[in-house]
Amino acid sequence: MTTQLDARHKPLDRRTFLLRAGAAATLLSLLEGAPGAHAEASAPESPEFKAALEALIGNASPHDTGLTLDLPENVENGDYVPVALSVDSPMTAENRVKAIHILSTANPRAAVATFRFTLLSGKARVTSRMRLAKTQDVVAVAELSDGSMLLTRRKVAVKIGGCGI
Amino acid sequence: MMKKPPRIKVPDAINAGEVIEIKTLATHIMETGNRKDPSGKIVPRDIIHTFTASFAGQEVFSATLGSGIAANPYIAFYMRVPGPGALTLTWADDGGTTTVETVPLNVA
Repeated sequence: MTTQLDARHKPLDRRTFLLRAGAAATLLSLLEGAPGAHAEASAPESPEFKAALEALIGNASPHDTGLTLDLPENVENGDYVPVALSVDSPMTAENRVKAIHILSTANPRAAVATFRFTLLSGKARVTSRMRLAKTQDVVAVAELSDGSMLLTRRKVAVKIGGCGI
Repeated sequence: MMKKPPRIKVPDAINAGEVIEIKTLATHIMETGNRKDPSGKIVPRDIIHTFTASFAGQEVFSATLGSGIAANPYIAFYMRVPGPGALTLTWADDGGTTTVETVPLNVA
């Protein structure tokens, strides 16, 4: 900032700098961890969402790894939210992804989309754009050919909800 | 009803056996069925509810869409191209309109 250094503005020595940087980092992480410090909490799950999720997974206990749900953490406009879903799968007859479902936890309608893959798909990945009425979690469920399921959940903070949804 | 034909993008040159990305953009209002008009009447739902992609009569990929999909639905998906042929893409909406597009795949 300045090259005119006097006694009051002596340059930081290495030790002081590291100590202060460490303190600042700790303070920052505390702030981020504080609830409500950055964004509002997800809206409560709708009864329709709970019913839809139960209908999808039944008695299965889905794995929480393997399914990637790419969504922005914050969006200005809930009308147009890019979403990408993928599973790293060989997509062979013995081991493939049959379908991926997206559910919204707090839109007027829980079921957003179901994407179905075949042996011709080659890759279990799909990209689309969705609507979000308010800050909420988005849940994706993948059905694999061996009957197992993968589930993942992401929160999206929405400034202006999707119009009329 | 689509006001304009959908836009579809596939790679220019494809090798047999290659996995390619197919990008599609339909033109559709995707009316959710939850909105009211100024007189307070619910505007009926009008969305593309089904999208399918097939190659030589075999399904490649399909999607069931709800009102939570954004207007002018964009769907990008993948396909392992077994050989030369054409991809048939179909969008079906609540109004009963089915839009069908056929895209030749330029397989080397």
